[in-house]
Amino acid sequence: MLKLDEIQKRLLREVADLHEVPEGAYNIRSNSASAGRQSTANIEIVSKEDVSGLEIRIKPGTKNESVHIPVVMTQSGLKEVVYNDFFIGEGADVVIIAGCGIDNCGNQDSQHDGIHRFYVGKNARIRYVEKHYGSGDGSGKRILNPGTEVYMEEGSYAEMEMVQIKGVDDTERTTTAELAAGSKLVVRERLMTHGEQRAISNYVVNLNGEGASADVVSRSVARDHSFQKFDAKIVGNAACHGHTECDSIIMDEGRILAVPALEANNVDAELVHEAAIGKIAGEQLIKLMSLGLTAAEAEEQIINGFLQ
Amino acid sequence: MLELRNVSFQVDAEGKDKEIIRNISLTIPDRKLVVVTGPNGGGKSTLAKLIAGIEKPTEGHIFFNGEEITELGITERAQKGIAYAFQQPVRFKGIRVLDLIRIAAGKTLSISDACEYLSAVGMCARDYVDREVNASLSGGELKRIEIATVLARKAVLSVFDEPEAGIDLWSFRNLTEVFQQMREDIRESSILIISHQERILEIADEIIVLKDGQVEKQGTRNEVYPNLMINEKAAVCEGPFKMPAKGETEC
Repeated sequence: MLKLDEIQKRLLREVADLHEVPEGAYNIRSNSASAGRQSTANIEIVSKEDVSGLEIRIKPGTKNESVHIPVVMTQSGLKEVVYNDFFIGEGADVVIIAGCGIDNCGNQDSQHDGIHRFYVGKNARIRYVEKHYGSGDGSGKRILNPGTEVYMEEGSYAEMEMVQIKGVDDTERTTTAELAAGSKLVVRERLMTHGEQRAISNYVVNLNGEGASADVVSRSVARDHSFQKFDAKIVGNAACHGHTECDSIIMDEGRILAVPALEANNVDAELVHEAAIGKIAGEQLIKLMSLGLTAAEAEEQIINGFLQ
Repeated sequence: MLELRNVSFQVDAEGKDKEIIRNISLTIPDRKLVVVTGPNGGGKSTLAKLIAGIEKPTEGHIFFNGEEITELGITERAQKGIAYAFQQPVRFKGIRVLDLIRIAAGKTLSISDACEYLSAVGMCARDYVDREVNASLSGGELKRIEIATVLARKAVLSVFDEPEAGIDLWSFRNLTEVFQQMREDIRESSILIISHQERILEIADEIIVLKDGQVEKQGTRNEVYPNLMINEKAAVCEGPFKMPAKGETEC
């Protein structure tokens, strides 16, 4: 049985919706050590030998199974770089729940840089959920720099949900993807920054094979004095479809820089980008206030809905 | 009961004061369905906004059930029982129809209870409760959802600003039935509808004709409506919505 204190349990609930030990395969990393691990008949989790991290091997044809690999950090001043590689066998269909929660009550920075590489086999499907959460009132920063590389074989499908709503002071996210013919990547990023936080998100998606498609959508809210940069580039190297969208609400003194980019290297590449930044529309507030909400409650409803 | 006493509303138009509402005094009694009509630009929508608290009068006083509400904001007026249906409904990314109806009801309604309000405005509820109130809905759908949110409020005074505008593919009979049903369901309440539509005028208890920011006429339907048909017909027909009234096409 896992030994986790209340703060660690709370972090697990926030990042992985875990109340108990998960079913199926899992590895729970707590303060740089494995606090529990389980492989299954179809999903094998082993530690890397050269660097810190895991290899997660999912057998071809594995269906309806999940892998949980949450990370929690409660020691102030901890810094780590972790490399996790996922090998998803041909025709598999699995859910992968990652996520990192940092509680920093101390005055030293805590930092987790998780580098995730996905090798998605032919016709395999994955749904990947990554949530970030920070808490603790120490002056030390909570820093998360996720790197995600996705290599998609023919006919594969990957849906990635990246969520960071609270408490992470500094993030630089880099996501790259290489898509073969007929594969599809869907990214849904949701981000809210407060205080003096800074969040940078870079995407480069290469659509290399005929019929490859990508849909990268970010919804974000920047409050207080926070800063966000969304830099998404979709490259069409074949007859393909690419769409990127950045939709942001700014509040207070928040700042957002959106840099959507498209590069078409094939005459049959169809690429679209949309970007919109603005404050909450006054009429939305008026409508909800006319239903009896206060201005603050109305604002909360609008933001919660926007980040759903 | 709502009472406006000597209410005026001015805006600054190109450096000059423009009076949209000019010293209006009127009363919306309990248990009455009152329709405000009149030519475009006469101040009807502004009147509705002054009642809902979206605009504040530059002069005069507003009383609701005997209490002065002139300085109260939108939220406080809503909490006191004033509901307001927008002429042009607002869109929200991520907020579902169900969420909006629940906010309007002020409590966690079951899905089937929420669906009743949608059914009341002629929508196949199950198809809509989980939809986002965003641009994927047509203008007519949004308008009906707007009316449903006001029904869900069960307010003491419900104000509708041109509910018929944009109601596509849905017969007027149904819209008037919604108001008549509302009158039966919410006792002691009153309904104020801004409308050009003859079928809505026909179900009014009282009619107020607003022109150039002033009340030109106020009285029972029988007092005002026949004259309106003769004198105001041209003005009414200039309205944005030109659906012919029963048996008439000359509009």
